[in-house]
Amino acid sequence: MAQAQTQQDFEVRLASSTGWISKSFQFVRNWPVLSIVILTIMVLLALLAPLVSPHDPLFSTLRSRNAPPVWYADGTWTYILGADTIGRDMLSRLFYGARISLMVMAFSLVFGTIIGTALGLIAGYFGGLIDEVIMRLVDIFLGLPFVLVAMVLALVLGTSLTTMIIVLAVLTWAGFVRNVRGEVLSLRERDYVALARIAGASLPRILLMHILPGVINTVLVIATLRSGQLILAESFLSFLGAGIPPPTPTWGAMIADGRNYLRDAWWISFFPGLAIFLTVMALNFLGDWLRDKLDPRLRQLSS
Amino acid sequence: MAAFIVRRFFTSLLALVGATLIIFSVSRLLGDPRVLLLPDDAYGITEETWEELSRQLNLDKPIPFQYALWVWDLMRGDLGRDLTDRHKIADKIPVKIAPTLKLAISAWILATLIGIPIGVLSAVKRGSIPDFIGRAFALLGQTLPVFWIAILSILVFSVWLNWLPAGTMGEGFSLKHYILPTSTLAWFAAAGYVRLVRSAMLEVLDSEFIKLARAKGVRYNSVVWKHAFKNASIAPLTYSGVLFAGFITGSISVEVVFAWPGLARFAVEAVWTNNFTVLAVVTLMFTAAFIAMNFLVDIMYAFIDPRIRYS
Repeated sequence: MAQAQTQQDFEVRLASSTGWISKSFQFVRNWPVLSIVILTIMVLLALLAPLVSPHDPLFSTLRSRNAPPVWYADGTWTYILGADTIGRDMLSRLFYGARISLMVMAFSLVFGTIIGTALGLIAGYFGGLIDEVIMRLVDIFLGLPFVLVAMVLALVLGTSLTTMIIVLAVLTWAGFVRNVRGEVLSLRERDYVALARIAGASLPRILLMHILPGVINTVLVIATLRSGQLILAESFLSFLGAGIPPPTPTWGAMIADGRNYLRDAWWISFFPGLAIFLTVMALNFLGDWLRDKLDPRLRQLSS
Repeated sequence: MAAFIVRRFFTSLLALVGATLIIFSVSRLLGDPRVLLLPDDAYGITEETWEELSRQLNLDKPIPFQYALWVWDLMRGDLGRDLTDRHKIADKIPVKIAPTLKLAISAWILATLIGIPIGVLSAVKRGSIPDFIGRAFALLGQTLPVFWIAILSILVFSVWLNWLPAGTMGEGFSLKHYILPTSTLAWFAAAGYVRLVRSAMLEVLDSEFIKLARAKGVRYNSVVWKHAFKNASIAPLTYSGVLFAGFITGSISVEVVFAWPGLARFAVEAVWTNNFTVLAVVTLMFTAAFIAMNFLVDIMYAFIDPRIRYS
């Protein structure tokens, strides 16, 4: 009886030490848990912004301007993170800001990735003059100080959500071409590609079905590492007033709003910056992890 | 080597031409360029001034011709006029360049002085607490938005502690005014150095000739600095181009937040006032500097590492 008891105890202890504790420990080590948690929360908040926001992000009452967050003596639960310079709820604006940031990032990333990957495939597969032209174009685009060019485009085209997405996509694609091309150069010499050609596969089929799967890992890694930079770029341009125009709530513009009120209402500039920082860090960690998993050769391509 | 320099020079030239082409086509082909060149409050503009603008822009000539004339004007140093006050941009540029250069150079020196030793220390003491701190320093420097850090530093050091001024260059030379802008700008760059120097050092420290040097009985410090660091310093050099791009973005942040009267702030103010000519000129100047920097880095790199020359 007593022996059975200790046996059971032992098993329980064994289970708890080698069981879920160490397993979860390993889980945290092998998976970018923190990144996934932060990004999931951000995406959920962005998608559900209309449901979870306590206020209309555009509604302002001057009576509550610069209202402090709830933990201040004169703070209220009405404005959990305080209110901005014209009395709009910070928390609601942060949620809607997540929506804008993530949406702009996703759209421009998808466009940039498709264009960059397509050009990389073409340059690598055909070589010759086409390759030369595409690569010189890439050199030109990579040699441009990107924020300034975005400012020029914003001034000429006028600021809007669409302009922002176009500008970011135009400035993203070049980052993909060189790596994709490099991979394609070796892939196109493989036997299976030659066999596909002999078997009469069409050109689009060879490129999309036989070569694209070989470069998809590289593309994924670069795209993830780029996504954080896109969020930074969007918020920076919005901060400068060359991004998405007010009153749309964007994290960058919110930071700019609070700049002249640091003495009275530091929270206006603080929380949006924290949101940007957490998102970018999560994306960078995810990108580093993906790179180590999928394509360790991209080591030099740090976030 | 000469062939490499010539080839690389032409690629740089091509990039510069590409940049002017992009700015030109953006300004001339998307909408009416005359509208861009009118000041924001172009109230009561007459038929004559409108015609005058067309003549200035050579709009009656074919497009390639317009481009050639525009580039020719730029090369002669005729940069056009500031749309807000009608002064020549060429006269304003030298006044704006000095603060930008002062800020950039002091930040670069600071970044090198901080970044390289931390990177080496981080690699040599891998896995220790200094390494952890060094890596955290690098990680934060590369993910924190520079403009936000600039604002937070004002919040902490100017508003709360009241130690340092919140902006501008101050009267004459005032070291106090340099501290916040310089260290904010330097953090990002130093972070890049730490990452690169650390990974390059780790790789070199692991190689055979380091073990041999140690086995021969060469002193530890001497191995780290003379053998390992010399070889590891190539990687950070290639990074200088990327670093410079970050510097341009960073100095825009810092100059805007700290009201630093430099070139980058000039460009951002141009966005606020729809001052197209100024923005175009400053963008071209930064682009030219960026391309020239990349050119120099590649040449230097080719001198150090012969494999580059023949690829």
